[in-house]
Amino acid sequence: MNSPETNRSSHSSSNPEAVGSGESATSTLLRLRGITKSFGAVQALQHVDLDIPAGQVTALIGDNGAGKSTLIKTISGIHPPTSGEVFWDGQEVKIHTPRDAASIGIATVYQDLALCDNLDIVQNMFLGRELTKNGVLDELSMETATKQTLLDLSVHTVKSVRQVVGSLSGGQRQAIAVARAVMRESRLVILDEPTAALGVSQTANVLSLIKTLSSRGIAVIVITHNLADVFSVADNIAVMYLGNLVSQGPIHQYDTTSAVELITTGQSSSVPAQLIPNN
Amino acid sequence: MSTTPPTLASQTPSNPWTVLWLRLRRGDSGMIPIVVGLIALCVYFQARSSSFLTAGNLNNLSIQATGYVLLGMAEIWLLLLGEIDLSLGFLSGLSGAAAVILTDLQFHWPWFAGIAMALLVGTVVGLFSGALVIGLRLPSFIVTLAIQLALLGILIWVVDAQGTGGTISIVNGQLHSIVYGHLSVVWTDIFIGATVIGLIVLSFVRNQNRRSRELDTTPTAFLLIRAVLLAAAGVLASWVFNTNRGYFTLKIQGMPYAIVILGVMVAASTFFLNRTKPGRYLYAIGGNQEAARRGGIQVNRYRVLAFALAGFTSGVAGLVYVSNLNGINDAVPGGTQVLYAVGAAVIGGTSLFGGRGKMVHALVGGVVIGVIYNGMALLSISVYGQYLATAGVFLVAVTIDNVARRGSTVSR
Repeated sequence: MNSPETNRSSHSSSNPEAVGSGESATSTLLRLRGITKSFGAVQALQHVDLDIPAGQVTALIGDNGAGKSTLIKTISGIHPPTSGEVFWDGQEVKIHTPRDAASIGIATVYQDLALCDNLDIVQNMFLGRELTKNGVLDELSMETATKQTLLDLSVHTVKSVRQVVGSLSGGQRQAIAVARAVMRESRLVILDEPTAALGVSQTANVLSLIKTLSSRGIAVIVITHNLADVFSVADNIAVMYLGNLVSQGPIHQYDTTSAVELITTGQSSSVPAQLIPNN
Repeated sequence: MSTTPPTLASQTPSNPWTVLWLRLRRGDSGMIPIVVGLIALCVYFQARSSSFLTAGNLNNLSIQATGYVLLGMAEIWLLLLGEIDLSLGFLSGLSGAAAVILTDLQFHWPWFAGIAMALLVGTVVGLFSGALVIGLRLPSFIVTLAIQLALLGILIWVVDAQGTGGTISIVNGQLHSIVYGHLSVVWTDIFIGATVIGLIVLSFVRNQNRRSRELDTTPTAFLLIRAVLLAAAGVLASWVFNTNRGYFTLKIQGMPYAIVILGVMVAASTFFLNRTKPGRYLYAIGGNQEAARRGGIQVNRYRVLAFALAGFTSGVAGLVYVSNLNGINDAVPGGTQVLYAVGAAVIGGTSLFGGRGKMVHALVGGVVIGVIYNGMALLSISVYGQYLATAGVFLVAVTIDNVARRGSTVSR
């Protein structure tokens, strides 16, 4: 019954002092403790504790309305939590706005991707943070950096970085949105259902892109409804059920059956008990 | 795993004709259809009237077209955002009226103050319209329709208040010379030569810079073809403006100042749109406002900026208008003018739905409209015939353009 997750056992949600300095070199990048979010009388998140290891892929799964989207919105500064604590690299941080999240290195790629179809790949990659030289746009540097980033991420499917984004396939657009997040030196990239609208081969491309991110030391949170994606790409699983985080742990402790049980009922007979937070 | 090193670089075929064919097939024909149409129109009018392709008439045509082009450019600032300003026709009339009245015998302002005031009126009213559109969260179509009526009212009021029977003539020589004054023959050639050589050198330098960074380059043959076309256009312009167009012993030669102003406006606006951050943001907002906002762009600030720039550009158009008319009257056809302005922009290839357009579109579209009007006047076609023909050309131009651009893959 020994969990391999040392961070988890080193403290409880009522004991935040244990977090931070003095802790052994764990790889936990983001740590949420007791995150609660209410919209009026509705409690969308109830005392969520979540650890996101650095450089690993965490799949955030759960049924519709389980609180997945609310949770990532609290992390990315769109809905600051009603109560609870957020630790980044062991330091407590307050994330009130998307800008706060971006400044510490959290990038979120929403389903709509926020790309301008009429602009080309380079222009989208640098949208809002263009490079200039003597006050004039430095197109050459931006194009070079874009190419380099796409090469680093092994995105080979686009023909030219001067194509307009509107001419790209769904998978390519997803890749551009992710590449933009990476280029902003993010350490945690949150992907909201990145494969929801994609075909088989494009899904494979996006999943391999996710693996490339984690191999480059970037932590990834993936929201998805597709359990096949989860088991092919994730290192860890976190399951939400009715606003609670009911289970989290390394992928090898779950299988499709237990994942489905957790998603639909909030509990599972086959998952070790200590993986389920007691809250 | 893969044995060949992945690369994104230099997949452009080296044969320029292959490139051209690929571009045409993708619908990336740029302005080729409309330029072909323009040449066809010129051939038609020349076949019907031998005085069409004379230097004197083309000079005339260029002044007529300048009005459409400037107002079209003003409208493009807004069309890029998916907005429209219906008041720009009367705004240019009011701006021009300000310059005419303030430099007349009663107020006697110097010419530069009158011109500055015209540009200020244009900019301030544009700012006001923009603030209203954003403040009221209403479509610009509706807000500027109201502004249009207000400006018409103010224009009639201001012009009639001068007590000169609804028409005010220009008394200031400099204001008059915007259209009727011109560069000397030598300076005309210097201006044209510098423009052509500058554009050619710029294209080669840019290509060289890209090559040194190992980025995709345009085939040299392409640049050479472009250089030859530019040079030909330069020679044509020199012939149009430097041929004597006076009558009897009166000799008139040289490029009108209005054309110089137009050239500077096109260059400055294009530079702003292509090479500066605010220009890039206008395209971004027109393409996807929410994406622009999430990129940290203060969307409303740039929307107001576009209205102000449109107002400023209409102010310039107004100065050319009153100079050409040698005054201002209370019957300015501002409502029609603004629709021709939108027509010029759209004929040139600017989208009505935002995110796609260039300042040169107004240049090409405005010249098309100028050619139609000038040519039909030469053929003494009746007024109703002129309107019907214009309607047909509008529809054909926009349809051809739309078909040619379907499935296009390159930003513009």
